[in-house]
Amino acid sequence: MQPTSLAFQAKATGALADANLQKALGGIKTGWQRGRILAAERLPEFEQLRDQARDIKNHALEHLDFYLEAFEARVLDAGGHVHWARDAAEARAIIQGICQDVNARTVTKSKSMIAEEIGLNDHLEAAGITPVETDLGEYIIQLRKEPPSHLVGPAVHLTKDQVADLFAETHHLPRTDDPAELVGQARTVLRQKYLAADVGITGANFLIAETGSAITVTNEGNAELTQGLPRVHVVIASLEKVIPSMEDAFTLLRVLARSATGQEFSTYTTVMTGPKRPDDHDGPEQFHVVLLDNGRTRMIGSKFQDMLRCIRCGACMNNCPVYLAAGGHAYGWVYVGPMGSVLTPQFVGIDQAHTLPNASTFCGRCEEVCPVRIPLPNLMRHWRDEQFKRQLVPATYRYGLNVWGFVAKRPALYRMATRIAMGLLGAVGKKRGKFASLPLAKGWTASRDLPAPQGGTFMQQWKQRQGTRH
Amino acid sequence: MTASSRGRDAILGRLREIYDRTPEREAEAIAAVEQRVFHPTPNLIPARGQLDLEGRIELFTTMARNVQAEVERLPTLGDVPGAVASFLRRHNLPQKIVAVPDPLLRRAGFERQPLLRVRFGDPEETDAVGLTLAFAGVAETGTLMLCSSPERPTLMAFLPENSLIVLPTAEIHGAYEQAWQRLRATFGSPPRSVNFVTGPSRTGDIAQKLELGAHGPRRLQVLLVDDLGPA
Repeated sequence: MQPTSLAFQAKATGALADANLQKALGGIKTGWQRGRILAAERLPEFEQLRDQARDIKNHALEHLDFYLEAFEARVLDAGGHVHWARDAAEARAIIQGICQDVNARTVTKSKSMIAEEIGLNDHLEAAGITPVETDLGEYIIQLRKEPPSHLVGPAVHLTKDQVADLFAETHHLPRTDDPAELVGQARTVLRQKYLAADVGITGANFLIAETGSAITVTNEGNAELTQGLPRVHVVIASLEKVIPSMEDAFTLLRVLARSATGQEFSTYTTVMTGPKRPDDHDGPEQFHVVLLDNGRTRMIGSKFQDMLRCIRCGACMNNCPVYLAAGGHAYGWVYVGPMGSVLTPQFVGIDQAHTLPNASTFCGRCEEVCPVRIPLPNLMRHWRDEQFKRQLVPATYRYGLNVWGFVAKRPALYRMATRIAMGLLGAVGKKRGKFASLPLAKGWTASRDLPAPQGGTFMQQWKQRQGTRH
Repeated sequence: MTASSRGRDAILGRLREIYDRTPEREAEAIAAVEQRVFHPTPNLIPARGQLDLEGRIELFTTMARNVQAEVERLPTLGDVPGAVASFLRRHNLPQKIVAVPDPLLRRAGFERQPLLRVRFGDPEETDAVGLTLAFAGVAETGTLMLCSSPERPTLMAFLPENSLIVLPTAEIHGAYEQAWQRLRATFGSPPRSVNFVTGPSRTGDIAQKLELGAHGPRRLQVLLVDDLGPA
């Protein structure tokens, strides 16, 4: 996918004026955001579990070489295959090869962010293999030829009416806006696709070194039909998905669904180990795991290593004021919201995405809700440093920041400047008590008034109250 | 040398370069990894499910009902056929099911429900109601744990729109870890597919409105059985 992150500002402005999008995003606060709070309250050990979840991922990230080797050995023991891909092109070629070895015409897919990251669908289509997304949200955006706008709900940017229009056009059935009927239509269409598919491709939420298992988590049951019906199953996962044991998986699973949707547990958690056993009636004849690096080993040992703890729950975006106003597509690539603002520059280059680390108020809610306690604002700050160093932001920005930095580092000068500015604004604005517009601050005053200052600066008031403070 | 093995060497080589462990640290790292892979121990287990058997059965029932599962408790295996027939009547479904070819179900006494047609085998696309057995249950979230085997094909709990699952009450554990420990004791390494099922299939992908029956079953009926002895 060609990144369009540099257009963040223009897209965000468009998003604010998009009534459908605003309606769709509005549901996140009352749904997932509130759900997470309630689920956390119901489990007294939730905060402790978050600490343990963080520690498990940190431990795994410090020993990835050994855990990957152990995982590989167990997959081979179980009769499966492991493929190592350094980058997106290698991963695409490996998967294409597996499909072509069995003369696959169609593949079903259950939601995988890694498949989005490597642009798998376009590649398979170009090779004459038809990929069919089976997660309902992914199915919808595949029909609309759009990227996902959320980690958990890829079609969260659409209203029911938009889906109703899309299905009426695609399914050639009378239009209905009854959600149950819409779900039923997709179920009927996709059931035939599962049965016809030669290969099923799933992602993985976790890979288990202890057993060589891949774990998927869904609510719909689409991962189970995707891996259970075709004769070949391909798991595509990035390196950092590997964790030591099933015990560790259970700890992470306890915080995953609660952080994502507020569910106690997702409907389906499936642990898959190797191909079908000799007398089994169902399951794939071949079990492949494609391990993808794509720049992740570069993050190990760097200041961005913490980002590799991410378990893709989406809580950071559900709680981000910028995401909730701008929606996912404004971010311009596969990963969106605060986690996307840290990851996207890593994958597409900071020069192609320097707008993203600025798309944050640094309010810190993302870090507060992250189940594995990733310091997201801090990581975005690293990118801001980087873009400043590389002079990626316009000269006026940098000039302004330099002036501010010069003044801020000289307290006497800073106090004098603020005194003058306050006095001036106070005098000019005395009559109306507020400013509807101000030079150099149009962005701020465009949607609200700036109250005119009354009284002195903070430092002046502080001095005055020295004798009377409690 | 294949592309994949080149990739393997490059990725592992790069990681080792970054970790840059001294021989002592290397030995420590290996010991730590072996401990966690070969002798895994539970992390924090929430207090919620740590109850006596009756407490666990009650918690399981509450949690499963909270996620739209129907739960019914039966004294013996011999009560299963009657419960199945009444489920079908309750939902206006034909008296016809497909059941996994498990010896336990075969001796449940379905012949005592002459109007109920039972086919033992694999689920077909046209089967509306499927009956299978869970290996264990987890009280903490009302979760069923199903293990694949020739007698218990995985798809039985996913293809039919109505899923009936028998769970012996003695196998309801407090936490996932305890159920998994039971699996280790029974099978050693895990069977091909272990499915944790918590309620019927659902989606919120259309305007975040909860709809049941996205791809898996629209209805889930759990039949808790106290006594698995012959009917």
